[in-house]
Amino acid sequence: MKIVVLWTDWVVLLVLLGTLTYGWKVMRQPHLAVTWRKAFNTATGTSAATVLAVFLVIGLLDSLHYRPAIAGKADAYATETRSVLDDILHQQQTGRERSYSAPLAYQGYEKEATVIDGQATRAYLRLQHGGAHLDQPEQQWAADVLLRTVAGVGLGLLLAAAATALVVLLLARKRRQGLGMAWRSLRRGQVGFPLRAVLLTLTVLAVLAGVMTMLATAYHVLGTDRVGNDLLYVVLKSIRTALVIGTMSTLVTMPIAVGLGICAGYLRGWVDEAIQYVYTVINSIPYVLLIAAVVLILMVFIDNHPDLFPTSAERTDARLFFLCIILGMTSWTELCRLIRGEVIKLREAEYIQAAQAFGVGTWRILSVHLLPNVMHLILISMVINFSGLVLAEAVLSYVGIGVDPSMQSFGTLINTARLELSREPTIWWTLATAFTFMFSLVLSANLFSDAIRDAFDPRATHK
Amino acid sequence: MLQLDQLRTEIHSSQGIVVAVDGVSLAIQPGETFALVGESGSGKSVTALSISRLLPDNACIAAGDVRLDDASLADLPESEMRAYRGGRIAMIFQEPATSLNAVMSVGRQLVEAITTHTELRGAAARAKAVDWLKRVGIAEPERRIDSYPFQLSGGQKQRVMIAMALATEPALLIADEPTTALDVTVQKQILDLLLDLQRERGMAMLLITHDLGVVSQVADRVGIMYAGELVELGSKAAFFSKPLHPYATRLLGALPDVDKRGHLLEAIAGSVPPLYQAFDGCRFAPRCYSATARCRGEIPPMYEMGGGHGVRCFAYAPEAAVPLVLPPLRDIGAGRAAKQLGDKALLTVENLRVRFPIRSGLLQRVSGHVDAVHEVSFSLRPGETLALVGESGSGKTTTGKAILQLLRGTAVVDGQAMLGDIDLMRAGKAELKRARRQMQIIFQDPFGSLNPRMRVGEILAEGIQSLRPELDLAERRRRVDALLEQVSLPQSALTRFPHEFSGGQRQRIAIARALAVEPSLIVCDEPTSALDVSVQAQILNLLKELQQQLGVAYLFITHNIGVVEYLADRIAVMQAGRIVETGESASLLTAPQHAYTRTLLAAVPRVVVGEVDAEVLLPA
Amino acid sequence: MMTYLVRRTLYSILVLAGINLVTFFLFFSVNTPDDMARLQLGGKRVAQEAVERWKAERGYDQPLYFNAQAAGVGKLTQTVFFESSAKLLRLDFGKTNENRNIGWELGNRIGPTLALAIPILLISVTLSIILGLGLVFYRHTVLDTWGVVVLVGLMSTSSLFFIIMGQYLFAKLMVITPVSGFSPPPGMFKFLLLPVLVSVIAHLGPDTRLYRTLFLEELGKDYVRTARAKGVSEWAVLGRHVLRNSLIPIITSIGLLLPALLAGSILLETFFGIPGLGTFAVDGITSQDFSIVRAMVFFGSFLYVITYLLTDFAYAWSDPRVRLK
Repeated sequence: MKIVVLWTDWVVLLVLLGTLTYGWKVMRQPHLAVTWRKAFNTATGTSAATVLAVFLVIGLLDSLHYRPAIAGKADAYATETRSVLDDILHQQQTGRERSYSAPLAYQGYEKEATVIDGQATRAYLRLQHGGAHLDQPEQQWAADVLLRTVAGVGLGLLLAAAATALVVLLLARKRRQGLGMAWRSLRRGQVGFPLRAVLLTLTVLAVLAGVMTMLATAYHVLGTDRVGNDLLYVVLKSIRTALVIGTMSTLVTMPIAVGLGICAGYLRGWVDEAIQYVYTVINSIPYVLLIAAVVLILMVFIDNHPDLFPTSAERTDARLFFLCIILGMTSWTELCRLIRGEVIKLREAEYIQAAQAFGVGTWRILSVHLLPNVMHLILISMVINFSGLVLAEAVLSYVGIGVDPSMQSFGTLINTARLELSREPTIWWTLATAFTFMFSLVLSANLFSDAIRDAFDPRATHK
Repeated sequence: MLQLDQLRTEIHSSQGIVVAVDGVSLAIQPGETFALVGESGSGKSVTALSISRLLPDNACIAAGDVRLDDASLADLPESEMRAYRGGRIAMIFQEPATSLNAVMSVGRQLVEAITTHTELRGAAARAKAVDWLKRVGIAEPERRIDSYPFQLSGGQKQRVMIAMALATEPALLIADEPTTALDVTVQKQILDLLLDLQRERGMAMLLITHDLGVVSQVADRVGIMYAGELVELGSKAAFFSKPLHPYATRLLGALPDVDKRGHLLEAIAGSVPPLYQAFDGCRFAPRCYSATARCRGEIPPMYEMGGGHGVRCFAYAPEAAVPLVLPPLRDIGAGRAAKQLGDKALLTVENLRVRFPIRSGLLQRVSGHVDAVHEVSFSLRPGETLALVGESGSGKTTTGKAILQLLRGTAVVDGQAMLGDIDLMRAGKAELKRARRQMQIIFQDPFGSLNPRMRVGEILAEGIQSLRPELDLAERRRRVDALLEQVSLPQSALTRFPHEFSGGQRQRIAIARALAVEPSLIVCDEPTSALDVSVQAQILNLLKELQQQLGVAYLFITHNIGVVEYLADRIAVMQAGRIVETGESASLLTAPQHAYTRTLLAAVPRVVVGEVDAEVLLPA
Repeated sequence: MMTYLVRRTLYSILVLAGINLVTFFLFFSVNTPDDMARLQLGGKRVAQEAVERWKAERGYDQPLYFNAQAAGVGKLTQTVFFESSAKLLRLDFGKTNENRNIGWELGNRIGPTLALAIPILLISVTLSIILGLGLVFYRHTVLDTWGVVVLVGLMSTSSLFFIIMGQYLFAKLMVITPVSGFSPPPGMFKFLLLPVLVSVIAHLGPDTRLYRTLFLEELGKDYVRTARAKGVSEWAVLGRHVLRNSLIPIITSIGLLLPALLAGSILLETFFGIPGLGTFAVDGITSQDFSIVRAMVFFGSFLYVITYLLTDFAYAWSDPRVRLK
């Protein structure tokens, strides 16, 4: 096995490392810790964070890439790059059908040409993998699905119960109470942190995951697409794309926006004029067209310089990477404007003047006094941007300037779904799947960003 | 006419239910001015808002009643309450700048009030609006009626507010700190106007204020609030001649004025208790010298002392009264009372002129300058306190900042300023650093002057680090520890953040920061004007003690004449960017030469103590 | 105020010049005219003469920014940058690869785009303001709570779903409107109905929530308390005072909304087959026609700058502090 780290994997790992470092810093700074606790103190906020965390774990599992060793040969690895998620979903990845099949189906969705009893005819054929274990599907199918569902619910509840028990145990130890006492205060929501909401969310997720798992071992839970790929696999793979675009674009944005915003606001004069001019210009170019132009130019550039991008995987990844950069480049203006405005207010603050009275250098004022005091703006805009970018990816991919068409993403998924909806009979499950997953990702991101905004920006009264 | 009966108002906050007003009962007669006095957080404004039911969304009247004549306002449906609001009860607020709608002409805002409560419409309503603008003393009312608030001065805006409140001829006017945001000369005009109109209309007035001087000038009766409760209630004469409640006496003792120059002020240690808790005893007990076990364990009722004078204190209980213990009077120290002022000037400022560029036209070129400070000259000796007194916009803060070289790059500064042998205006980088070790600044806002993201230890060390880079870490730590001691803060403060401290404590931190580089001059820019009187006393005491110990000179910028009288050795009065009069404190205050100085001093509302029971205020 | 407006106008012209520089850099410096010529003429095995001829036809045979060989002013004017900038200023956008006049196309296509964008803007802003005021009036009630839940739900749904579901429900199942297509007025209405409806719904979530926040922020201000102290009714407080004061941030937010509107019009036009600027841009992208894309970037920016300028004017009008200066 040889570990492979793609460009975007680096980014994902860096983001993870950054988050952990930030978390460690938060623990050490009481005022930050208080604010964060406030963000997590609402039931909606924590529930959303829980759902987001599940998405993040899936994305992370999909970012650990490696090339499996070829059996029997030393130092020889397969050309295919796999992720840990691929291993978990091995059955879904390889269990490909011929074409469309509905969720939980045991036969194809459309009649296919076949030979029955020596006669060429068209009939619904059994699927190769979905429900293949049933001898008499017509009679057994309903009972089998029901049984598996019940088992899945049971499994989920068992997991949730285990988690709850663990929480109760920890709570009891921390508060030096009896178990019963801890359980009662947890149930009544009297633990000063919305643990109840988190556990409830986890229970729902665990039940869903349990059912999915039990069914997925024998069926295509969400159906298959035109070439017979399992949709569950496709949609889970799309999560990473969305996450990479959502986080990386803001990461690209941040240094530019923050650096220029702080400089413009603090130094004023011609520096301010110049920076304002630059962002007015960038802001005045319709971003879809700018992105389109840049993607187009990049595609030509990649075509003209094949030596830089030898393999197709690298091209796909490079395209995603550059898309993120362009998205970031076009969206830094808003944050820059915000920070500039805030810094103009802050530079009149008396603690800045006090620092000037001490002859503290400009660089130190910028980095020690101003930067930490605009961090909340950066954070808020990061979480708000996240959902916007996930939505934008779908739109851009639809117009054909998003990720590489061969890459799984919500945009490409919706793009195919749209054509399928106008078929007869209608293929509805692609759209439903894309909608459900994307909606839950964006919704939980939105709710979480609301909680953060409430906690970090006391003036915001939008609740 | 207006009667509050056991009013209790609750605010639902993140900390729990805050009982901002608890069991307040009082009555106001027609034609009477009732002053409700208290420091911030005492619940006086919430009381006012409860009467007209203008409480924020998270607050509500939990118990008790508000009666206006025969109607019970607390129970009225909102639609009927609206007829009372503006119609029978009018309100004016503290901040005239934000209390008017910025995008509506003052005429439309006035007419809106008139048409809501009278039958007048159209031209008739407008005519009435013009009439009222004239009555509140706005010149050219026919033209001014179409002005927008931003075209009026602060005093004019407050006049418009008054016109709007009175145009519907209400029976009760609630004035919530109506002059706090105004200059002292304007304050006098507005108070006079209010009193005239009240007399003319026979209207009752509930005046909410923190300024005992204002109370002493205008009120008929007084109520003192502390931590949500009314602690003393009585006629003005009775209250000021013999305040009963320990809090009230000490509040009067905390007011700085010329008589207290030799002593330290009566600072009330500690702070107002948070109101989200339940109280078992007297709320003032933790800060009271007289407090006994009874005070801490039993809630004192309001005792009637005759003549409508009531007090909530066990010292006045008919049986088993708690003996009153008087606070020890603290002298500044007889031996050191005579200041040792150096002969040689520490700071000499000559012909200081500060101009801010005006940009206009298509290219935003600098087309001219607005002069903020004109030809200002003064000097300051080591260990001396020079008060720079003036109203807002007089250029006093600009003068301070120009001397500290904080305006480089934003304004054009001419003239000369010598700090010892350093020519400040022409000092290069290294010289300026040397100068900055000798002069520091303390700002007005204790919340804005400390970086919220830095620990107190880092804040204190920053100056030393920047200006005394030769000191090593151990020496720096030693100094920071000593600084905390000087301003009486615990060592544990070092690792905490500014938001964990109260306003007074933060101002101590700011003072410690200024002292860190051992300056010989500190510019104090309104260091106490954002603080309550009792906390102000703490800070003034500290400044006075530090001057005794360290011989540091203060350039004390303020608009508060009481503070000047108490603290200043010499005074410079500023008006419109010029110093109009300079002199020794005693002579200038008793025999002002310039007309403006006289107007200014005459406008200051003073506490007329009447027959002061000397034992209460200044025990031997 | 005149000075302010004239200054904004001059600044806009300066911004246009900047845009021209940025787009020129993007289109001519990342890939040289030679690269472009090869791409258009097909593959790598194109004779150098053909490339030179292609460049000469378009005037791309001069140096990009600076012509060292020319004399005097010619050093700057005899360049690709100067020539093409001058053309753009005359609104001469050149020809597409299929030799159609881009300027003519733009003139034909701006009508349908505006016919789509203007109703969307007007209806969604009006509706969002009304809904926002309604939610604020019923604040702290169940109605407000659930209203916000619905808004967040709408916000979290990709506009693609609205379009797809709109077409599916209204056009395919109910057959109320045509799936796609366009005809000049008077037949335009039935083709525009569905895209406008879909787009208004898609904008409803974020807009209403933003306005609700703005209104709530205004409600906490002192002048609102003054108005209430006058005994003015709650609706009058909202309509006369809060709305009027919120206009300034609302106008700013409309300015910020425009990019989304243009992005949306690209989607809408391609989905609903409306021959506007959006479809033109997508055609340019899919056929890799740099002339179209470049013209669209410049023309789109031009439209933006004009609308930003209008926003500035509206801002100056709505704020007496600017208007009376």
